[in-house]
Amino acid sequence: MDYSQFGAMLPELIILGLFLIVFLCDTFSGEGQKKFLTPLTTVLFGLATVAIWLIPSCGEAIFGGMYVDDNACKAMKAILNIGVFIVFLQSAQWVESDDMVIRKGEFYELILVTLFGMYLMISARHFLLFIIGLESASLPLAAMVAFNKKKYESHEAAIKYIMTAVFSSAILMVGLSYVYALSGGSLYFNDIAASLAGGSRSGFLIVAISFVLAGIGFKLSLVPFHLWTADVYQGAPTAITSYLSVISKGAAAFAFFIIFVQVFGALYSDLWEWMMYAVIILTITVGNLFAMRQRNMKRFMAFSSISQAGYIMLGVMAGNFGLASMMYYIFVYIVSNLGAFAVISSIENKTGMVSMDDYAGLHKSNPWLSFAMTLAMFSLAGIPPFAGFFSKILIFTSVTSTGSMALYMLVLIALINTIISLYYYLLVVKAMWITPGDAKVESFKSTCGERIALWICVAGIVFFGLVPYIYDYCYEAVKAAYGILI
Amino acid sequence: MFSNILIWFVIVPVLMMAGLACCSNSNMKAIRGVMVAGSVVLLAMSIWLVVDFLGLRAAGDTSEMLFQGSWMWYAPLNIHLAVGVDGISVLMLLLSSIIVFAGSFASWKINPLPKNFFLWFCLLSTGVFGFFISIDMFTMFMFYEVALIPMYLLIGVWGTGRKEYAAMKLTLMLMGGSAFLMLGLLGIYWHGTPEGGVHTWNILEISHNASIDPSWQTLLFCFTFVGFGVLGAMFPFHTWSPVGHACAPTAVSMLHAGVLMKLGGYGCFRIAIFLLPAAAQELSWIFIIMTGISVVYGAFCACVQNDLKYINAYSSVSHCGMVLFAILMLNETAMTGGILQMLSHGLMTALFFALIGMIYGRTHTRDIREMGGMMQIMPYLGVCYMIAGFASLGLPGLSGFVAEMTIFFGSFEHSDLFYRIFVILACSSIVTTAVYILRVVGKVIMGPVYNEHHRELTDAEWWERLATVTLIVCLAGIGFFPNWLNETIRTSFMPIIDALNSVF
Repeated sequence: MDYSQFGAMLPELIILGLFLIVFLCDTFSGEGQKKFLTPLTTVLFGLATVAIWLIPSCGEAIFGGMYVDDNACKAMKAILNIGVFIVFLQSAQWVESDDMVIRKGEFYELILVTLFGMYLMISARHFLLFIIGLESASLPLAAMVAFNKKKYESHEAAIKYIMTAVFSSAILMVGLSYVYALSGGSLYFNDIAASLAGGSRSGFLIVAISFVLAGIGFKLSLVPFHLWTADVYQGAPTAITSYLSVISKGAAAFAFFIIFVQVFGALYSDLWEWMMYAVIILTITVGNLFAMRQRNMKRFMAFSSISQAGYIMLGVMAGNFGLASMMYYIFVYIVSNLGAFAVISSIENKTGMVSMDDYAGLHKSNPWLSFAMTLAMFSLAGIPPFAGFFSKILIFTSVTSTGSMALYMLVLIALINTIISLYYYLLVVKAMWITPGDAKVESFKSTCGERIALWICVAGIVFFGLVPYIYDYCYEAVKAAYGILI
Repeated sequence: MFSNILIWFVIVPVLMMAGLACCSNSNMKAIRGVMVAGSVVLLAMSIWLVVDFLGLRAAGDTSEMLFQGSWMWYAPLNIHLAVGVDGISVLMLLLSSIIVFAGSFASWKINPLPKNFFLWFCLLSTGVFGFFISIDMFTMFMFYEVALIPMYLLIGVWGTGRKEYAAMKLTLMLMGGSAFLMLGLLGIYWHGTPEGGVHTWNILEISHNASIDPSWQTLLFCFTFVGFGVLGAMFPFHTWSPVGHACAPTAVSMLHAGVLMKLGGYGCFRIAIFLLPAAAQELSWIFIIMTGISVVYGAFCACVQNDLKYINAYSSVSHCGMVLFAILMLNETAMTGGILQMLSHGLMTALFFALIGMIYGRTHTRDIREMGGMMQIMPYLGVCYMIAGFASLGLPGLSGFVAEMTIFFGSFEHSDLFYRIFVILACSSIVTTAVYILRVVGKVIMGPVYNEHHRELTDAEWWERLATVTLIVCLAGIGFFPNWLNETIRTSFMPIIDALNSVF
């Protein structure tokens, strides 16, 4: 075996090395040195983020075509890294709390392992490697959801999460085994794509593809596979909820795109185009309609993230052009959602309040927090000049690029849904700024980590729409990797 | 980039926001200082722009848009920050800066959170100015939405009455309109270039290409016209307007009715009619019916309201309906009248809302049944109110007369009987307008003093006088010297008329 091929897996190796460092430090450091673990991990991870952003990708397929780290994959990993870095910053205070402090090593290790799994999901070009990535990305998450040992809801959420994770993996694997059988006996993405394009079609493929769609749909919490989302988000510790809602969703969306467009692309108009119409419309609409009634902020964000997943999925309908817009959308979604979660978690850590009603009059006691939350809500709703506007418009533009009337109507439904979503995002703004009465949350100073996290999010929301740097980065990466035709 | 004066219309409000962000909420002097300095600069810039524009035109520069500039923004989608102005946009910029100027003075004593109020106010004006300078559909749409969203907080936090309901209704309806608009713009973007060309968002390039297929034009025209029509208070999408205006704070009502509703009319001809002329010819009759209803129905609604702001809001529906009505007649004279009506209504309604705000600030009621004899108590405000009313009902010498005469003359030029009938129906609104204006003037301004406590109220302060005098001077200016405006607007309509004529 040629070990030099491992050199092409540099992003994975960086994360693996970081994991080993954290693990060793956690195991062999004494009580007194433990307090350095959080800053050490955060700083090292920050350096890793910068490194992965800057190093050029190798681009060649290794291990016989099982793995490839092309520009698009690397860009996606870099975007996820930014999100994880923000999660580390905003959870810094929570991991130092009395309950958590002895287990904080595990928190970082588990996050790094799941991130490693997501990297594999993104880069896998063989379904076995993909499954390994998927499992290592989802199983440790169940342990993380159960992290609040003394809280009943946390356990309930973990059980729900692991059951759906295992169940969805099973469905996915059944689907993949059908695909294996129907497309010439290979699990390499290239072989399957070639065999499907070559015309070997069986009516049974519709079952196979629906199973794959359902399997990954669970991870992305697309409707009708979304029922676990709200309970898990509510029960999990807020740091984990924010991680679940953006990072694992982003990775799954990218993998979804690769599998459906690059592997099953030949079947688009025959088999899965109409499935996607149904799934996208349902996801956006149902997510929105349920979000309107939520008062608990974490459940609220759960339904909002379901509907956002529908918008992310729009990118799948537009080929590689859509991929570039989708990656940008995921970036914007990461900063906006994490901005909202940074506010939610800092309020929860200080006061234990998570209801929207408790946010009444927040601007009187914590003007900066309510300012950041307002920006995050506006960005999620797609209001200019914030980044959410640009990400929505760019994804709509790419979807309409094919000129099909059906896609125009799909965009129209999505656009009308942005109005519904605007309604409930404004409810949060209303609670903070308009509802009369004194502030329920007392004035407090958020910790240094939370403040840095918020500043990064606010900067992302305000600048990376007006400055096209990130979009250009995604676009160039996708163009270099797969080519884009407009 | 910064050598182009138009960019500064966006930069100055942003700088004002930055300046305000540095002030504290209790430091009213600094906040007022920033607002006055900024709005004076904007006013000076727009006057200078008008003079420069007229100078260039007089010197024989006949290009469609002057002061053009274009900078690449999102290169993959060919999105530019493209700016340029013709006579109409220059006048709109002037109108906006006058109203921002007057609005800053009208909200001299805003409370609570004055800093936040002016921050959102400046964001609103950024959107308005940006919209009028843009000739790139993408930036135009972006600024359009930038102008809409601050309304939610401005009404919700500083409004009166059913403000939460009003703010949410207004925001959702206008954003709903912009959702349709966005789809229309996407369609124009993807179809506005001949096969093989580079897709563009630039309005001028799209109109030169003239390559949108007629069947697509029909669909896209409906989307864009309805999208802008919602903001132009077109029946049946006008319902946000009365409640929204009634609950908004004074300066916001002024800016919203005075300028923001003009965005709708401006967008209708700049995008819907200019870029989709075939569909405009074909479908104008549908929208003539809808806007005709706006004109007549709005005026009748105003007759039966008891809240001063509701009266004025319905009158805005009627007058803004007139703008769209005129534009849809698709001939030069009527369209010119439409623009004059935009200017006239912008100034007049801003004056109305400013005065209502001043009266309400003293009497704490806007119900006309609980007021009377304001002329005896505060003669200055009473006289101003009457001047605004006369402008509204079209008294010669004030702007309303010029605008409405031009509109009705132009509209009647339309040779089709159906259109002429609607012109006659719309004319009847002039009478109705007189009814509701004189009803208020008779009861509230003249009449006997209704509430003896009102006798202790004071007349206008200096900042209020400044705001009203500015507006009245402009109203009378248009009324007495309409000709240069007329010429400026008329020549600017030439490209649109050409596009319309090229269809046949």
